[in-house]
Amino acid sequence: MTKIIELQNVWVKYGDVTILEDINLTVYDKDFLGIIGPNGGGKSTLLKVILGLITPDKGIVKLLGDKPEKTRRYVGYVPQYISFNFTFPISVWEVVLMGRMNNMGPLKKYSEKDKQAAQEALTKVKMLEYKDRQISELSGGQRQRVLIARSLVIGPKLLILDEPATGVDAVMQKEFYELLRELKQHIAIIMVSHDISAVSIYVDKVACLNRKLYYHSSKELSPEDIEAAYMCPVEILAHGTPHRVLKTH
Amino acid sequence: MLEILQYDFMRNAFLTAILASIACGIIGVYVVVKKIASLTGGISHASFGGIGLGYFLGTNPLYGLIPFSLLSAVIMGLVSRRSKVSEDTATSILWSLGMALGIIFISMTPGYAPDLMTYLFGNILTVSTSDLHIMIALNALIVIIVYALYKEFMAVCFDEEFALVIGVAVERIYLLLLCLIALTIVLLIKVVGIILIIALLTMPASLSAHYTHNLRNMMYLSICFGAVFSIMGLILSYTLDIPSGATIILVMSAVYSIHFIYDGIRKKVHA
Repeated sequence: MTKIIELQNVWVKYGDVTILEDINLTVYDKDFLGIIGPNGGGKSTLLKVILGLITPDKGIVKLLGDKPEKTRRYVGYVPQYISFNFTFPISVWEVVLMGRMNNMGPLKKYSEKDKQAAQEALTKVKMLEYKDRQISELSGGQRQRVLIARSLVIGPKLLILDEPATGVDAVMQKEFYELLRELKQHIAIIMVSHDISAVSIYVDKVACLNRKLYYHSSKELSPEDIEAAYMCPVEILAHGTPHRVLKTH
Repeated sequence: MLEILQYDFMRNAFLTAILASIACGIIGVYVVVKKIASLTGGISHASFGGIGLGYFLGTNPLYGLIPFSLLSAVIMGLVSRRSKVSEDTATSILWSLGMALGIIFISMTPGYAPDLMTYLFGNILTVSTSDLHIMIALNALIVIIVYALYKEFMAVCFDEEFALVIGVAVERIYLLLLCLIALTIVLLIKVVGIILIIALLTMPASLSAHYTHNLRNMMYLSICFGAVFSIMGLILSYTLDIPSGATIILVMSAVYSIHFIYDGIRKKVHA
């Protein structure tokens, strides 16, 4: 299987504070990995390291077999929802086309191919009929779909989502995760979330991050892992056999 | 009313108002949507150092102003992005530093600094034909760059992180935007002066955001607002014989306030 991401002994520090400690992680093609962990545990930092937005103090990061700075343009990235200014005067169509900006110089206009890709991506997330709307006029779930469409227009090999369920209401959330499930047939997905129950239902593999990464390349985490990561016993809803995060104990 | 146009300086003043509105309308939209009004205020005030330098060297203060404002834009951009100091603090420090340098330069210049007040508060009636030429050139430059990099500016203003991931040279584009802000400040200085510039760069754009959600239309609309308000202010200042720059800002603020009060009442009535 192709290795999509390879992290070896990665350390990140802000001053004296260690954010990520000795992280080792390999993600293969078509993996659907959920990363859970407490707030401030380094989840977003880990994603930024993978994308080369943060250079680690120590360790090796490989994305699609090369340095992230070179390869990240082939990754579909959906940043954290709260980082957006949704009053920005921009239409759905403009947001999605933005995903096709790579390799375009100044003055160049979007080609027919770009427009077709945008149309396909919007169809995939069922937002094509809203293409002329302004993002300020959409609901949280619809905006999140638009951001996913933007990350899909380049035909990525990997999709990285940072807390994608934020701002999406409960009813839309299910539909949203179904969309991810459909996408994972073709590409690898990494999703960061603090919503443990959602992660446990939809993803194939789970990692738990709180400075250190607890990961066994499977969906199972031991109660000790979870306790170590959250630094206190956590009550976890077990979802019956097809969706277990915890081993039977 | 039309008799005021028989004076050369009045004709120049009207032309200046319109030229200033073009750059101001385009760049003001970026200032508003990117929420960098205080950074812009910082660049504008820091530029005072350039005016002082111009006096000190005995040249047209504009020649000190242009390089100095560009330099302060770049420094401010780099410091606010790269240093650990918060953008807010960095802006305030450079804001005062530039002004302090200006004051020192002027005090070191022998004699009296003749039209210092013009640069601080603007005097659209003192715009010469050669100033007009500089303004036309700067306007052309701003329009061309924004036209060529429209997509890039939009991506950087909307979502820097995503832009970086898909391969946009975010920092360079952002610094270029700050440089365009600096050039706009140069353009506007004779109209309202460095102290009042920030109002001219925010009010028309913010008002236009109320009527359209399209970036391009926002620019067109804020150019119109800017032109109408500054011409209104200019006529009013002529009629009442009061300072032009301040009058333009007062007219703009009045329309702005009435608009939002009216809007607030209307919403309450409908609610």
